[in-house]
Amino acid sequence: MRYESPASTKEAVALLAQEKGSAFVLAGGTDLLVRMKAELIEPDLVVDIKRIPAMTDIRVTEKGFRIGAAVSAAQLGRHKALCKAWPGVVEAANLIGSDQIQGRCTVVGNLCNASPAADSVPALVAAGAKAVIVGRNGRRTVPVEKVITGPGRTSLEKGEVIEALTLPKPASRTGDAYLRFTPRTEMDIAVVGVGISLALERGTVKKARVCLGAVAPTPILVPAAARALIGSKLDDVALARLATACSAACNPIDDKRGTAAYRIRVAGVLARRAATIAFQRAGGKA
Amino acid sequence: MSNAVLVSTTINGDTVEFACPADEVLLDSLRDRVGLTGVKEGCGTGDCGACSVTLDGELVCSCLVLGVEADGRAIGTVEGLTENGDLHPLQQNFIDHAALQCGICTPGFLVAAKALLDRNPNPTETEIRYALAGNLCRCTGYDKIVRAVQASAKDLRKAKKR
Repeated sequence: MRYESPASTKEAVALLAQEKGSAFVLAGGTDLLVRMKAELIEPDLVVDIKRIPAMTDIRVTEKGFRIGAAVSAAQLGRHKALCKAWPGVVEAANLIGSDQIQGRCTVVGNLCNASPAADSVPALVAAGAKAVIVGRNGRRTVPVEKVITGPGRTSLEKGEVIEALTLPKPASRTGDAYLRFTPRTEMDIAVVGVGISLALERGTVKKARVCLGAVAPTPILVPAAARALIGSKLDDVALARLATACSAACNPIDDKRGTAAYRIRVAGVLARRAATIAFQRAGGKA
Repeated sequence: MSNAVLVSTTINGDTVEFACPADEVLLDSLRDRVGLTGVKEGCGTGDCGACSVTLDGELVCSCLVLGVEADGRAIGTVEGLTENGDLHPLQQNFIDHAALQCGICTPGFLVAAKALLDRNPNPTETEIRYALAGNLCRCTGYDKIVRAVQASAKDLRKAKKR
């Protein structure tokens, strides 16, 4: 195995594109090194992106935030402006693993690992995050929900890397939240996850995005669930419609963490709770 | 097997150089090349925390870091906790509270507990339990460990006031 730690995204792309064998990006390594240890993969090349300045910081821009691909979840949790603007995104990222894992794991890694149960992804999708993807033919920016195509699979081409994620500057009266259900309070994998962001106008929900995790092969954006909230003041009728829409959108599997029927039910329950938190954070009054 | 790469790093404040294959994890480099056997391997997959060290001040599992990544960075291990041969309050309190039996998990608990107390000198019991959720102990049980950390926090706060 060859190890490279380039100083620029361009160099990283060239290394990955030129490699004839199997090439992997190393950010936090919390998935990659586990897969190497289990001999599920045997990389010929590992490209460490943590020495690339454009990937290692959180920038506050005019349009919002730009989170470098190598930024750890612990760094997100320490960024006051980001915590204030998108608390749901930061909470979701901070739910992943232990403090030891937090010190290394990245939300871009969580995205690219493409687990159906990835905690940060529903929150990112709900917040309208975009991925800045760089390849040999330049860069493209795509909504986060377009990155994961199936369990463990992404829409990235060979030689492409995600350099950063962008989050918009939240409009006034915006709130987001992420809730997951796990049997334990920490160090566990979501049975169901729900990310919701809401924007209010005169106390009424004007915009909404609802994304479910761990209930389908990929995290799923549910427009019908958003429509259930829009125009409401989050009354019981709207919340019941939200729960119904979320449960209807689920396409889960039975596994040791939960049955399909259970996940379908819990998705609705968690969505109601997440919507209530997002609504309060947006300054809404029930 | 990969070709050896020369790594120049700082461990517990000392400059250290070692050569390791590119696919070797830092845990193995520390134990087998630098001789710092305080760091333990439990699971090797980031679940148990026995291999906890700090990397540029951040608590990490050294089984999930490549040795080559340490180049130019600063590592802290349990061997760095003593000062001039004196045990760190955490170490003394682990002994006094019988917070260890077989001892395999202890270095990881000490490094993780120190990382917690460095950023939060007065943690609640709940905060301690969450902060140590990434460290597994299979014999002592967690209560004695939590008590030892609470006592250490108190000792350290007192020492700071003096």
